[in-house]
Amino acid sequence: MSNGEHLSKQYDQELESLRARILHMGGMVEAQLQAAIASYERPDVRLADEAIESDRRVNDEEVELDRVVVNMIVRRQPTASDLRLIIGVARTVTELERIGDESTKIARAAKWLSDKHMSVRTPRLRDIHVAGLAAAGMLRGALDAFARLDAAAAAAIIAEDRDVDQQFQAIMRQLITFMMEDPRTISPSLDAVWVAKAIERVGDHAKNIAEHVIFVAQGADVRHASPEEVARAVSKE
Amino acid sequence: MNTSAAAAAIDDHAPAVASNLKAEVSHLSFYYGNFQGLKDISLSINSNQVTALIGPSGCGKSTFLRCFNRIHDLYPGNRYEGSICLQPDNVNILGKEIDPIDVRMRVGMVFQKPSPFPTTIFENVAYGLRLRGLAPRSAVADKVEQSLRGAALWDEVKDRLGSLASNLSGGQQQRLCIARALAADPELLLFDEPTSALDPIATASIEELITQLKQSVSILIVTHNMQQAARCSDHTAFLYMGELIEFGETDQIFIRPTRKETEDYITGRFG
Repeated sequence: MSNGEHLSKQYDQELESLRARILHMGGMVEAQLQAAIASYERPDVRLADEAIESDRRVNDEEVELDRVVVNMIVRRQPTASDLRLIIGVARTVTELERIGDESTKIARAAKWLSDKHMSVRTPRLRDIHVAGLAAAGMLRGALDAFARLDAAAAAAIIAEDRDVDQQFQAIMRQLITFMMEDPRTISPSLDAVWVAKAIERVGDHAKNIAEHVIFVAQGADVRHASPEEVARAVSKE
Repeated sequence: MNTSAAAAAIDDHAPAVASNLKAEVSHLSFYYGNFQGLKDISLSINSNQVTALIGPSGCGKSTFLRCFNRIHDLYPGNRYEGSICLQPDNVNILGKEIDPIDVRMRVGMVFQKPSPFPTTIFENVAYGLRLRGLAPRSAVADKVEQSLRGAALWDEVKDRLGSLASNLSGGQQQRLCIARALAADPELLLFDEPTSALDPIATASIEELITQLKQSVSILIVTHNMQQAARCSDHTAFLYMGELIEFGETDQIFIRPTRKETEDYITGRFG
């Protein structure tokens, strides 16, 4: 009955271009996040500056992609899977831009650390680094699931967020203990709190992207559902 | 909390009243002579809701619509199988023992091309009333006004009821045809692509009217404009080559269709 292509080739090209663009923006944000996390570990001012500078390009992409989305809605009046894809892209653009903002915060903390030439080592640095890698992994997984519109893979990413949240809670407890034991560590510890919080927020945004993937792929809205409820919704299809 | 606020709070949480059934279509098939135009269709039409029929040209949606008021009876060689049972009395309007005229008293129709009679605005609406035996002039006049109000046309024509219907604009003529149909107090109104011949403003006014009308009458609408089906209807049926492919709540059909054929048609992938 159909060959999978729209009667309008132009429409097909626009949708393909939209998909390619959101994945490209995802790649930019991934690179930015990795640079930010790496810059905090050493700390590395050059890497931090790279991460901060690329945020401008991420913000420009957000504005441009939103414009494309609005244009497609008004001209094509999309329905069904086309509609869900376009809505999914619009929502994912927002999440990616926020991840970019969190990466910028991490990079700024790295620069601050470096500027202050802290003699006290950053507390819980290794745990923060591990959490950072986990969050970056979630983002990679969510973007991968988006590229393949793989609802099952997206559901797995949603389940991983619990892990990142727990890592964050553990880091917080340890930092608080640290600060109580030695008030001289309060400054760098607070700094570490903001970085840990930013990483936890990245995990949340990656989870949100995974939720949008499930909406695009299957039309199910699993926001605010528990990982178990999500797994059930995905397996039903 | 005072009583009126409490009452309002209760209203907000009252469950929605379940839609009643207006017509039950059961294993409906239709033959133009030897050609089978409809193949074993079953679905439910709800009361006080709009049900849209969509599908490509030749899919049978107009054929299906015309079963409801037995217009096919006008041509020899046509044959129905199955049933359409109007509620609440559960009468199968396709039954051979049923007079098509009686069916058309209960089921009205509005066509694609506005087709007012070549007479005055008043007479267009009054004609059917008089045929049915409504005699007193005041009763007829009241009913004409009621019908024209129901079709959102009264204010525009109340001062020129004696002028020719052909002087009205396309959109007004279509609303006059709706008023004419409403005069018979139908339970079910059939619309066959009612706005295809109208400009966007007239189209919007007819769509507004359809949304209001469903409070008092059930509506079945054939349209090739999918955005119209999405805007106006509560349920949508997708037909293809005489078969019912998918039927469901309009939101579900347009956001998450279950059949690939439906998805392909509404997204414009039909090749």
